[in-house]
Amino acid sequence: MTPLRNGLLAAPLLAAWLPAMAQADGELNALVWCDHTDPALIEPFEAAHGVDVNLREYEGTGAALAILEQSRPGDWDVLVIDSIDVPRAVDAGLMAPLPAEDLPIADLFPEVVMADSTTRDGVPYAVTEKFGYNTISYNAAKVEPADMQDLTKVWSDTYKDRIAIYDYYLPVIGLAAMANGLETAGLSADDLPALRDTLFAMKARARSVGEVVASQTALATGEVDIVVGGGEWLTAVLAGDQPELTWTIPDQGAVRWAQSIGVLADSERQDKALAFVQYILSPEAQAKLATSACFWGMPANAKAGAHLTDDQKAILRWDEQAAYLARSQLYPAPDDALDFAFQDLWLEMLQQ
Amino acid sequence: MSLGTETRAGWGFVAPALLWTTAFFVAPFLVMAAMSLATLEGRSLVWGLHLDNYARLFSQGYLLRAVAVSLEITVTVTLVSVLLAYPLAWIIAFHVPKRWQRLALLLTILPFWTSYVVRSYAWLLVLAREGVVNDTLLALGLIAEPLTLANTRFATVTGFVHFFVMLLTLTIYANLVQLSPNYARAARDLGASGLQTFRHVILPLTLPGIVTGAFLTFVLCIGDYITPQILGGNNELTVPQVIMVQLGRRADFPLASALSLMLMGIVTLAYLACARWLRLDRL
Repeated sequence: MTPLRNGLLAAPLLAAWLPAMAQADGELNALVWCDHTDPALIEPFEAAHGVDVNLREYEGTGAALAILEQSRPGDWDVLVIDSIDVPRAVDAGLMAPLPAEDLPIADLFPEVVMADSTTRDGVPYAVTEKFGYNTISYNAAKVEPADMQDLTKVWSDTYKDRIAIYDYYLPVIGLAAMANGLETAGLSADDLPALRDTLFAMKARARSVGEVVASQTALATGEVDIVVGGGEWLTAVLAGDQPELTWTIPDQGAVRWAQSIGVLADSERQDKALAFVQYILSPEAQAKLATSACFWGMPANAKAGAHLTDDQKAILRWDEQAAYLARSQLYPAPDDALDFAFQDLWLEMLQQ
Repeated sequence: MSLGTETRAGWGFVAPALLWTTAFFVAPFLVMAAMSLATLEGRSLVWGLHLDNYARLFSQGYLLRAVAVSLEITVTVTLVSVLLAYPLAWIIAFHVPKRWQRLALLLTILPFWTSYVVRSYAWLLVLAREGVVNDTLLALGLIAEPLTLANTRFATVTGFVHFFVMLLTLTIYANLVQLSPNYARAARDLGASGLQTFRHVILPLTLPGIVTGAFLTFVLCIGDYITPQILGGNNELTVPQVIMVQLGRRADFPLASALSLMLMGIVTLAYLACARWLRLDRL
């Protein structure tokens, strides 16, 4: 084949390829939780940086790791992940190191920095962006609020068939552990019998086990009066119409969730990905992320308070965070074997 | 045209369908079968000829329970749907004037036009503690306390039956209208009562339509994820729900593949049972 003919054939291919490249260069692909899909959060970044942010929601770290494993290197630029699972992602070589000096880590609530999880040898690989609690949500007009301070009363016969359980095994197993006086961070296979008894007792008195929308619907429609595993993320979006729907942290404590954001090591758009992380951690974006249409939660950046209204802060219990942080424990962080055992236990509970 | 040309032409006509079936059924099926024989080490997939996933199907209580729950719900839905659809199809075929039958059928399948998910959530609101059914029963003084209807197997079966009665009505109606009235006349001439005519003449002749609809109901119901997920309240898990958990939370594709193949096995058995008893060649 002559060079001329080669060139003639290549020209239209190149012409077709260039716009695709240009478009790809103007995009950012992020694997996120649903709270990042709020246009109010994403559109300002897209406008400021001239990029389209493609978002894909996932549920559960296992699902995210599976998506990344099945994708080509470079397909994804940004990952939002449970803070306790950051070490797993770092061990798998998925996360890129981040420049600490370019991130507002000093502005975060100290309790949620979680350096043990988010850094390796002093280098950050992800930064906590939002946190909250898996605890007890309830209808204050239908139940005795004092009972909600004791986990064992919450799933007692008094509230049989008036309970929904949030369908995510880790936080609810965490609550079951706390009801048994166990530390969530120290759970092992030896604790499975006690956890089984508590989960089965909980299920025996529950009317349903549902994900976010199902749990919200059950509480809002009066199908149940209590959601075990709920919290501000569940009731905040309902508070405007139904102020009687509220939440508390029982005396035994609650499970604290925290989500982190980082850049993927294989990303070919490291600069834009870092800019996105910096944007999400800025006080303005933090306020939007905290009050996202999908679910609310406390912003990790304490300076976000300046961008939240008093009503929003009241719903988030901004002024009570010091006490709440002290009384809460992190999600259980099982290794693979214990994680599978937890999931088997959870499925057994559902089939009871 | 020579035999060779005819053969080539025949292959030419068949080729698109063969390619389609190979690409979208045979190849994915083989991949799924191979995946079901793989295993997970930690979170890494290890290909091989392992039977661990199939062994787990019979050793892990919640998996066996899921099979039982799926079969119980599917059989109940199929039976209830047939019992409701047959009289409805009969009324449309024999008691609705010809000129109104098309409208009657249209009204029967109208719920098909709404989204499956929306329809399931609508049932959730209807059956809720403070929903239409409980409010009505309370207002009429028929119950003192709201009944537990939503988030139960009853709710799942109700949602399914609402959908499948439409399907079965169509297949049974199509069979009934093909039936010559002379069969019933002949039976009556020979002294058969109305019930005997139905039992010994009409029912056997309409069985192909019933079983075709019932088989479709069985296949669609046992593989459905949405309805039990929304209406069942996760109080018991069906096989598709367990498959979703394996995929979404655990990324255990080998076990999910084994479960899927088992589901295909159940459907195949159902087909063989139908084909044997009902001589589908008569349809």
